[in-house]
Amino acid sequence: MEIPKSFLGYKRENGRAGTRNHVIILPVDDISNACAEAVANNIKGTIALPHSYGRLQFGADLELHFRTMIGTGSNPNVAAVIVIGIEPKWTKKIVDGIAKTGKPVEGFHIERTGDIGTVMKASKKAQEYVMWASEKQREECPISDLWISVKCGESDTTSGLAANPTVGNLMDKLEPLGVHLCFGETSELTGAEKVCATRGATKEASDKFMKTWSAYNDFILKEATDDLSESQPTAGNIAGGLTTIEEKAFGNFQKIGNCKFVDVLEPAEEPKKGKGLYFMDTSSAAAECVTLQAAAGFNIHLFPTGQGNIVGNPIEPVIKLTANPLTVKGMGEHIDCDVSKILSREMNMSQAGDKLIETTLKVANGRLTCAEALGHREFVMTKLYRSA
Amino acid sequence: MATDIIIHDQKDNVGVVVIEKITPKQDCNCWIMENDSSVKIQSVDEIPLGHKIAMNDLNEGDTILKYGHDIGKVVKAIKKGEHVHVHNVKTKKW
Repeated sequence: MEIPKSFLGYKRENGRAGTRNHVIILPVDDISNACAEAVANNIKGTIALPHSYGRLQFGADLELHFRTMIGTGSNPNVAAVIVIGIEPKWTKKIVDGIAKTGKPVEGFHIERTGDIGTVMKASKKAQEYVMWASEKQREECPISDLWISVKCGESDTTSGLAANPTVGNLMDKLEPLGVHLCFGETSELTGAEKVCATRGATKEASDKFMKTWSAYNDFILKEATDDLSESQPTAGNIAGGLTTIEEKAFGNFQKIGNCKFVDVLEPAEEPKKGKGLYFMDTSSAAAECVTLQAAAGFNIHLFPTGQGNIVGNPIEPVIKLTANPLTVKGMGEHIDCDVSKILSREMNMSQAGDKLIETTLKVANGRLTCAEALGHREFVMTKLYRSA
Repeated sequence: MATDIIIHDQKDNVGVVVIEKITPKQDCNCWIMENDSSVKIQSVDEIPLGHKIAMNDLNEGDTILKYGHDIGKVVKAIKKGEHVHVHNVKTKKW
């Protein structure tokens, strides 16, 4: 198959391109969710991103909170942003961070005004933004403007046999075209960590990966009260035939094909070393991982599943693929790309990779994903430890 | 010829069932992805889609190989053709 050289995206002020054109209402903290949701309810075509945190956090955990907030607002799939927080200081910090992209952003704080007054002021601004954004047209963008993140979920043995290698095949074909790629799931590489480390493009990248994996593994061993087999593999994984974390890890690892990673990113950290594959230190929980990758600037997501994970994200379209014919049969409304014919050998890996590239470009050009059509907007902040 | 079981790597001592299920004493066709070769095996247990079958007799303490890599240890002896899962294999991690 000849791979298209371009897609139709929204060009942004900072040179990036979006596959979507959202106007978001971003609460700084948990207690501002009601206000943000009221604004999104008033002004059609905007979306609120409620979440559970943002109060009394400190240190690295607070830095991650800000990085996730600012990164989410800065994502090229977002045209404009309303930020609403309880206090002015943290609200302004997030507004200033997003403003560096050049996109329209304005902050509102609730103290001294209350919810009703804030909703009124923020709604007026949100209306202005959404009407402005609705004039934006899709334009031809080079395929290298795609920043593709990947994460698998509710995996079973069909993931490692077929769905994950399909993503790997896509990576092998798109990496030479200059796209950015990102995989994560630090804990779910356990058992395959030494093999994964050999895939660093430099010794520095390999060493950084091993350091990151070891730190996460030490944390898990410290907090574990019992046999981790209650959590890893999950009950769904086991029902699907996965027996151990090592087996899951080698299946997981198929997603990167033959690519080498150029750098290891902190959670929600924007890649700075140009095109190519990056590893990000993330949880293996689906919504947390995708939220962090979207906050790092990735604009389209590939999600292979076995037993049928249904996750979506409010700003980054999440494309589901599966090779499990029972999942296609039982919950086909969640599956954007069916590669189950790999198992019956009616489709080879290269054909599956081509099919996934076609699906990815359709979605990049504007076709809704199943998760978008079904209203999945899981926005889940990663919290590193207890608040002060 | 339909494929009932796929094996990732020639070194692997387990294969994955890729039809809805295999039944006891079924003569199964196995395809080895790594070198595009075929082998046959007769099943002992009923094994559902996605679950593993032992390609050899395995003793307690043996290593299970899949993708050509170590994915865990045998904790209860397994006969060729039997179901391989959490009841007879455990992680070497955690």
